[in-house]
Amino acid sequence: MPRKFLSGDEAVAEGIRLAQPDVISAYPITPQTVTVERLSEFVANGELESHYMYVESEHSALAAAIGVSAAGARAFTATSSQGLLYMAECLTYASGGRFPIVMMNANRATALPWNIYGDQRDSIALLDHGWIQAYAEDAQEALDLCLMAYKIAEHPDVLTPFMINLDGFALTHTFESVDVPDNKDALDFVGRYEAFNCFSFDEPKNIGYSAGPAYNKYFKYDEHLGMNCALKVIDEVERDFEARFGRSYPGALESYHMEDTELCILTLGSISGLVRECVDIARERGIKLGLVKLRYLRPLPSGQLAQALAGIKALCVLEKDISFGAEGTVFTNIKSVLYDYKIELECFNVIAGLGGDDILPQDIKQIVNTLVDISHNKPYKRLQFLGIDTLQEG
Amino acid sequence: MAAINHKTLREDEFFFGHKACAGCGASLVLRHVLKILGPNAVSVLPAGCMSAVGFNFPNLAFQNNSMISPFAATAPVMSGIRAGFDMRKKRGDKIPDDFCVVGFAGDGATADIGLAALSGAIDRDDNLLYICYDNEAYMNTGVQKSSLTPFGAKTTNTPVGTQIQGALSNKKNMFEIVAAHNISYAATASIGYLPDFLKKVAKAKDMPGTRYIHVIAPCPTGWGHADKDTINFAKAIVDCGLWYLAEYEAGDYKISRRPKEFGSIKDYLHSQSRFRALDDAAIAHIEAERDAKWAYIDTHWS
Ligand SMILES: Cc1ncc(C[n+]2csc(CCOP(=O)(O)OP(=O)(O)O)c2C)c(N)n1
Ligand code: SF4
Ligand SMILES: [Mg+2]
Repeated sequence: MPRKFLSGDEAVAEGIRLAQPDVISAYPITPQTVTVERLSEFVANGELESHYMYVESEHSALAAAIGVSAAGARAFTATSSQGLLYMAECLTYASGGRFPIVMMNANRATALPWNIYGDQRDSIALLDHGWIQAYAEDAQEALDLCLMAYKIAEHPDVLTPFMINLDGFALTHTFESVDVPDNKDALDFVGRYEAFNCFSFDEPKNIGYSAGPAYNKYFKYDEHLGMNCALKVIDEVERDFEARFGRSYPGALESYHMEDTELCILTLGSISGLVRECVDIARERGIKLGLVKLRYLRPLPSGQLAQALAGIKALCVLEKDISFGAEGTVFTNIKSVLYDYKIELECFNVIAGLGGDDILPQDIKQIVNTLVDISHNKPYKRLQFLGIDTLQEG
Repeated sequence: MAAINHKTLREDEFFFGHKACAGCGASLVLRHVLKILGPNAVSVLPAGCMSAVGFNFPNLAFQNNSMISPFAATAPVMSGIRAGFDMRKKRGDKIPDDFCVVGFAGDGATADIGLAALSGAIDRDDNLLYICYDNEAYMNTGVQKSSLTPFGAKTTNTPVGTQIQGALSNKKNMFEIVAAHNISYAATASIGYLPDFLKKVAKAKDMPGTRYIHVIAPCPTGWGHADKDTINFAKAIVDCGLWYLAEYEAGDYKISRRPKEFGSIKDYLHSQSRFRALDDAAIAHIEAERDAKWAYIDTHWS
């Protein structure tokens, strides 16, 4: 497998080149733009046989992808932040219509204040729009997700669109050495799209219609089942991926030193790398700290989460979003799992990295100190904006 | 292809069992266009009356491949379908040669919310037939003003008040906006002049690139006329010169029908409840606008 020195955006472009979508429709927005630029180069140079459609907006980018999918072909689009919000209406058309489109989203703050840097308020605000949401930690994972995404989304039991999230700049614009699979191996793995939720000239169909109060719930129930089913399919696809390419992805979340731990930081995306290092440092100091990295926020891997978190004393959910007037949305999701599985532990929420703000090793260290204090029954605050208020009570 | 007329039009129906009001002009547009395009048409309908009356699961009224699009996205969904099938064909899938992607979008979906998206498709010159059925208001939401609602029309959000009477702006000129893109083919039509409309659809069917046909389709519910008079009003609007039948092709505008003498604008207007409050001054204003437009057409278009 050749190695290439790639940014996160470029790794996605390579992954999509290998997955060979039939049509790419996209609109530029920082920090996603490099991905669609590279793809246009691949098409222009004949390295990728796709139709590249220059649309006039993100709303049209996703609408076109819906049309592509309805025609039984494979669609890709990419966006970020304001662009994702601009196409929001089409997100539910895509998921409700069961069109297995794959989209890359470069996570970026949402205006106002205007800000092009990374946080996850864009995708998390759209968590309930029926898309699978995966968060890549590094460029390699981003590329690998591109290959797995189509297999998962297009699985007949899933038929759900797939959003691959990459932290803006922190991941989209930093470079790493990445394994790029061989074209043929990649296509053997991904396969061609065998669509059945699409038009047919032998048996013409109406697809995407209205369904009144008497029927609507069945469509929505089915959508829910499809999303739930993705958990099993993610697992199968990751096993197959490992067998072919040697890289292992252990399900919708990844645990690091969670076997014998008392304290845990749960997070998602590129910040996981720093937290992992901080776990190592803490462990050298004798602190029993572990990391849970959520690779998928939808479907929410509740069972796997419960397994990972059972038995620990204190948990911090570190996330780059805030649901104003409540708390971080990831935190809310995790607390619902704790409740369902009757897991009792102390937990708090740190909102950090908004608008691209740095999260530094000393910030993680402070979180670790708080976790230690909490495990010794010290009082604490449930919610903290990093760098603004403190975790300690009083 | 044999000349299209009521004798050569195919017998089978592709749009029936729908819930449109009696006398609905738009439903006639769909019915006739699909008869010309045949079973391999793929139709796209944005939010609007025709999707609302045609797609009520489990009562699905289209016999050909058809789907709803987001309100603003008729054109890009069409572009996607076209590109998807074209790529599948390239990869060896069996796709009929004569399949045609057709859009049926209302005046609101076309001239307001979907205008940028339509412009994008024309800019790409995607291989599509876009039909704007113009009933001159947002009918599906209960008759509100669109930018194709004519001056003076009463709608539910341009009421006849003591200070303001009806819509204040003139009807946007979609035909010329589309033509200004240097589109492959554009035409205006009216279901009151069906042979002219059908001829234009048949011509557009097999042309390459983006084709746009703007067809007047009266709506008894929104215009306030008897349902049996739909065709009469679709004729009268052309005869009194408030709508013209034309084509744009290869840079040239061509008028398809030049009334020798215009019918009465006042009769046309006052026989619909939406215009009933218009006074003589308003009607004189509308007449002056018509005359100016025709003076331009007569000197500039062949
Ligand atoms: C984004 C969005 N905004 C508003 C609506 C509500 N809406 C549905 S149909 C419609 C009017 C459509 O008018 P037009 O395009 O002229 O078609 P008609 O109903 O007259 O056939 C409106 C405003 C919608 N469905 N989607
Ligand atoms: S309101 Fe008008 S356009 Fe809508 S279905 Fe009825 S007649 Fe047709
Ligand atoms: Mg209308």
